[in-house]
Amino acid sequence: MSQIDWTGAWLWLAVVASGLYHGVNPAMGWPLAVSAGLMEKSPRALFLALGPLAAGHLLAIFVILLPFGLLLGLAEWRREIQLAAAIVVIGFGVFRLLDRRHPRSLARIPPTQLGLWSFAIAIAHGAGLMLVPIYLGLCRTAAAADDRAAGRLVEGNLGVAVLVAMVHVIAMIGAGGCLAWLVYRYLGLKFVSRSWFNLDAVWAISLILVGAIALALNLGHH
Amino acid sequence: MTMRPDPTFHASPRLAMEAPAENFAYMLLLSPDFSKPDALAVVDVKPSSPTYSQIVHTVVMPNKGDEFHHFGWNACSSALSPLAGHAFIERRYLVIPGIRSSRIYIVDTKPDPTKARIHKIIEPEEVFKKTGYSRPHTIHCGPEGIYVSTLGGGGKDGTQGPPGVFIMDCETFEVLGRWEIDRGPQQLHYDFWWNLPRDYMVTSEWALPPQFENGIVAEDLLANKYGHRLHFWNLRERRNVQTIDLGANHQMALEVRPAHDPVREYGFVGVVVDTTNLEASIFTWWRDGGKFHAEKTATIPPEPAPKEKLPPLLQGFGAVPPLVTDIDLSMDDRFLYVSCWGTGEMRQYDVRDPRKPKLAGSVHIGGIARRTPHTNGKAYAGGPQMVEISRDGNRVYWTNSLYSTWDKQFYPDGMPGAAVMANVGPSGGLELAKDYWVSFPDGYRPHQIRLEGGDCSTDSFCYPSA
Repeated sequence: MSQIDWTGAWLWLAVVASGLYHGVNPAMGWPLAVSAGLMEKSPRALFLALGPLAAGHLLAIFVILLPFGLLLGLAEWRREIQLAAAIVVIGFGVFRLLDRRHPRSLARIPPTQLGLWSFAIAIAHGAGLMLVPIYLGLCRTAAAADDRAAGRLVEGNLGVAVLVAMVHVIAMIGAGGCLAWLVYRYLGLKFVSRSWFNLDAVWAISLILVGAIALALNLGHH
Repeated sequence: MTMRPDPTFHASPRLAMEAPAENFAYMLLLSPDFSKPDALAVVDVKPSSPTYSQIVHTVVMPNKGDEFHHFGWNACSSALSPLAGHAFIERRYLVIPGIRSSRIYIVDTKPDPTKARIHKIIEPEEVFKKTGYSRPHTIHCGPEGIYVSTLGGGGKDGTQGPPGVFIMDCETFEVLGRWEIDRGPQQLHYDFWWNLPRDYMVTSEWALPPQFENGIVAEDLLANKYGHRLHFWNLRERRNVQTIDLGANHQMALEVRPAHDPVREYGFVGVVVDTTNLEASIFTWWRDGGKFHAEKTATIPPEPAPKEKLPPLLQGFGAVPPLVTDIDLSMDDRFLYVSCWGTGEMRQYDVRDPRKPKLAGSVHIGGIARRTPHTNGKAYAGGPQMVEISRDGNRVYWTNSLYSTWDKQFYPDGMPGAAVMANVGPSGGLELAKDYWVSFPDGYRPHQIRLEGGDCSTDSFCYPSA
C-alpha cells in the first residue's frame, strides 16, 4: 500500500515538473505575454495574455489524455495500452528529432488568437503526449486502490485526466508567467534573445525518455 | 540550425541601435549596358581598417542582363517573434533578384563577408511556373518565410495578370507560391513592408513592365497612368482590407517605410512626381480605429533650369523635378532621409511628429542641373538614390544609380558609379564624410546597399523599444 502511494506522489511530481518545463520553454508562449505587456504598456495586458495561453495549453493536454483514459475502460488490455502509449510517445519523439521543421500552417495564426495559438503549438510539439505515460501510471495507481466496475473506472480516469491537465497547466503558466513578469519588469528584452536556447533536440529527447521509462516500468511489471 | 539566436537578431529597435556598428556594406553592382554580368560588392566600412571605403570582395554572377536592384536577407530580427517560437536560423544568405531576368541568386556570406559566394540560383522558369509573377523586387523575411514583391505578372512583357507577392522557404529557398488570397483592387506593385504584431502589410505601386523596362514613358506619366495607390492588407489572412488613392497626379508611390517600433502604427511613402507641378512629396499613413489614413505631409518643389542644362525629356518643362526615388527611416523613427535624385539633394526630416515632418538637414551632391561635386572635390554624376542608414543612426550611405534605362534618360552624359556617406550630427544635420569614397570597376553602377548585421530597411521588430 505505502509503495503505491509513493509511486503516485512521484507521478504527481512529474506532472508538476513537466508543467514547469513547458512553462519556461519560450516556444510555449511566455514571450507573447511580455510582448502583450509592452505593446499595451500595461502589466495588466501581460497577465490577461496568460489566460488564453493557459486555456489553449489545458485543452491541448486534455484532448490527448482523453482517448487514452477511455481506452483504459478495457481493463484487461491495460498493460498493452500502456505499452502502446509508450511506443507512440517514443515514436513521436524520434519524429521530432529527425524532422525539425515547423508546420508552416502555425505561422498563419494571427497574433490576436492567443488561445488557438497555444492549443496548436502544444499539439504540434506533442506537449500532451509527454504526459500520457505519467497519466496512465496515475490511472493505474488509482485503479489499484479499489477494484471498480469498468464504467466507474472510466469515470475515474476522466477525473484523473482533468486533474492532471489542470495541475500541469497551473505549474506551466506559473513558471511562464513568472518568467514573463521578470523579463517585463526587471530583466529587459535583451533576456529574450539571450536566454533562448534551441530546445528542439532536448524536447524530442524528453519525449523519448518519458516513453522509454514507461516502457521499461511496464515490461518490468507483471 | 543554431543553439542560440543569431547575435544580429534584436528584440526591439533600441537593442538594434545599441549593437556593434557595421564592418561591411554589401552593394549590388549593375552593368547598365548589360555587357557584363551584374555583381555583389563587399565594401569595407570599418573606419580604422587600411582598406576603408574600398571594395574588398566581389561576387560576379554567371549570367548577363539580370539588372540587380533591391535585395535582402534570408532572416532578420523578425525571427525573434514570440509567435515563431524558434529563432534558430542565421542571418547568412543574401537573396538577390534580377528585376529584368526574374532570376534569383542566393549568396552565402559566411564564414566571412570577404569570402561570400553563390549558394543557389533560382531560374526564372521556376518563379514563373510556381507564382505566375515575374520581375522580383523587394525582399523581407517574415512569419511565413521570405516574402518577395514582384513588378510583373505572367507573359513575356509581364502584363498577363497583376503582379504581387510570393513566398520562399527561408532555409531551402524553394519558391512556395503566391502570397495573396484576396488582392482586392490591387493591380500594380512596387514595395511592401509591415507591422508584425499588428498583423498588417502595406504595399505600393510603380508601374507595369512596359512602362519602365525601356525607359519612362512620358505620355503615360502625363496621362497619370503610373501607380498612385497604397494597399493595406491583413498579413495572416493575406487579404487586401483597404486601398487609399493618393490622387492620380501623385505618380509613382514607391518606398514604404513603417515606423520600426511596432507600437507606432504609422509610416511614410515617397511619391516621385506630381504631374500638375513637378513637385515630389512625402505622404504619412497611419492606422486609427482599425482604419488606415494617408495625407501629404511634405513637398519638395522643382528647380527651374536653363534648357541647355536639361536632358531632352525635361527641356519642355524648363525645370528639374526633385524625383524622390528612395526614402529611409532611422531605427529610432526620428529622421526620415529623402533622396532627391533629380535635383541632387539628400534631405533629412525630423519626423518625431509623423504628420509634421521638419527639414533638419540637407546635403547637395550631383543633380541634373546643379551637378554639385563631392566636398572632397570628386565629380558626382546622377543624384542621391538608394539610401541606407546605420543601425545607430550616425551614418547615412547612398549610391547614385536609379535604373539602367532611366539613368540614360535623366543623365544622358553618363554616370560613373558612386557611393558616398554622410555623418549625422547629434541633434540632426548631415555632413559628407570626405574620406569615404568607393571606387567602382569600370562599367558598373551601384544600387541598393545592405549593412552587415542588418540595417534600417531590412529588420522588422516584434517588441517595442519602451
